[in-house]
Amino acid sequence: MGDILKIGGQEISSRLLLGTGKFSDKKIIREVLERTGAHIVTVALRRVDLGSDDENILDHIPEGCIFMTNTSGARNADEAVRIARLAEASGCGKWIKIEVIDDNKYLLPDNLETLKAVEILTKEGFTVLPYMSPDLAMGKRMISAGAAAVMPLGSPIGSNRGLKTEELVKIMVKEIDAPVIVDAGLGAPSDAAKCMELGCAAVLVNTAIATAKDPVNTAIAFDEATKAGRRSFLAGMRPQADLAEASSPLTGFLGD
Amino acid sequence: MSFAEIYNKYSAVDLDALFKGDAPGDVGHILVKDTLDADDLITLLSPNAEKYLEPMARKAHDTTLRYFGRTVQLYTPLYLSNYCVNSCIYCGFNAENDTARKKLTLEEVKKEGEHISATGLNHVLILTGESRGKSPVSYIKDCVTVLKEKFSSVSIETYALTEDEYKQLIDAGVDGVTIYQEVYDKEIYDAVHLSGPKKDYMFRLDAPERALCAGIRTAGVGSLLGLTDWRKEVFFLALHARYLQNKFSDAEINVSVPRIRPHLGKFKDVHEVGDKELVQIILALRLFLPRIGITLSTREDSVLREHLLPLGITRMSAGSTTAVGGHTIEYEECRDEQFSISDQRGVEEIKTMLRDKHYQPVLKDWMNI
Repeated sequence: MGDILKIGGQEISSRLLLGTGKFSDKKIIREVLERTGAHIVTVALRRVDLGSDDENILDHIPEGCIFMTNTSGARNADEAVRIARLAEASGCGKWIKIEVIDDNKYLLPDNLETLKAVEILTKEGFTVLPYMSPDLAMGKRMISAGAAAVMPLGSPIGSNRGLKTEELVKIMVKEIDAPVIVDAGLGAPSDAAKCMELGCAAVLVNTAIATAKDPVNTAIAFDEATKAGRRSFLAGMRPQADLAEASSPLTGFLGD
Repeated sequence: MSFAEIYNKYSAVDLDALFKGDAPGDVGHILVKDTLDADDLITLLSPNAEKYLEPMARKAHDTTLRYFGRTVQLYTPLYLSNYCVNSCIYCGFNAENDTARKKLTLEEVKKEGEHISATGLNHVLILTGESRGKSPVSYIKDCVTVLKEKFSSVSIETYALTEDEYKQLIDAGVDGVTIYQEVYDKEIYDAVHLSGPKKDYMFRLDAPERALCAGIRTAGVGSLLGLTDWRKEVFFLALHARYLQNKFSDAEINVSVPRIRPHLGKFKDVHEVGDKELVQIILALRLFLPRIGITLSTREDSVLREHLLPLGITRMSAGSTTAVGGHTIEYEECRDEQFSISDQRGVEEIKTMLRDKHYQPVLKDWMNI
């Protein structure tokens, strides 16, 4: 109750955001979205084929979902901005996940070019969520420039390695006054729970679900883990302690 | 620096001796490594690795899933012209072959493009023989302009161009360049390219690099298997691809390993590459180059293509023809193909096959920006 995620002034009903790449069949995407109740879904514009009758991914996205265009393929700010404008002109709306990558080896984002794109697109009224390497100063700049949230990576895209950037993400969660969403690298539902326990506002998952043997049940597991992690965070999970805490304290005889 | 330096370095090594060695490396160890080096590549291409094809295949499949998911990009070739001034003894377009020559008019290009576009494909690869007189860069550019109205991605497979010429075509809308070295072994290269501009080994070897310097988004390199011993050829192809990946980190690099097919050329001294060997080649490429695109052409038959798919294939042609005007225009006098294709299936059939195998056919993976 009262735990409502707001991004770009809009209430978001699910803290599990889904990516749509790498699925064996676009029809699975609809089932995954319906079964998890995911509210925000990212789609790479490079893969959107508006002219096609049976290949149009938009047909597989349930009504009510927020369609967030991913600028996948952009190598710099200029290309990201052009892709965003193209998305809007094609009727894909104004929600943009800015992804600027000029390094296909590790698929690590270029934070500086991403920031430039944020500055331009927010002025044009887009709701912008930048995918970034976890960096506190850059995260703050993204928010100052108008980003609706920041999306630091957990580990490189598609790596399924989990939250390897934990220390940096933790600092971002603590210091940035906007939703921090871990995007990329989460390989297991327990990774998602971990992010949520740290206080992240949401997680974005694609590869781990799309390439699972059973994508639908994997997605449901991610959704449940995300909710469990969030509940745990709100419940005020106690920090881990190195020493056991005796239930009969040694100094108890001193009284109150 | 160019790839020639790497080529020269390894040309000085007695690779044949390495490949003949009993066990140059431990395949089991290689399969748990994150990053493979040239020695590992030699091991994977060696006769010794044949015993490990199944574990190699499992790792290759997992790696492909991680990087590409269950998706395969589809495209189709569109032959613009078969005029050619080169004499390459393995090719049906060989200048000395007595075959009817044809060059599409822009109207015909448009017609072919409309036909292909109606199948749902958004990626087209245009090809020409080498004739700066009959199909100059300006002609290719005009064809690109016509096709860009229908396709989100236009790639070219033409003769080797200068960096400036690649730049002109990129500005016209080309986003991919495919240019196979055909054979990396310099001596064999010289022996099979009898005459014509293509005889210039270095100009061709550096062509993908020139295209990438000009800003191309996707570059494809390849080796025509069968002209000489495949192990060395695939070794150099893999090093070439890795060199380009490292130097141009923002580009997508593809490799292809077409096996020589029946054609109208004179080349009969084929070094056969069997199916098992082709499997080893694809696995070695995938393991050495985890994020490389691997293209499988319609040279291979439909059954084999389906078996090769999960091993690392990421791009396939569909509805292919290697004749000029082959999509829509029936030239009585011009039915000769560059080589004969084995998989005759159309786009719908390939899509159905992919779906049956739980792969998503990707008909569009780029756009004009």
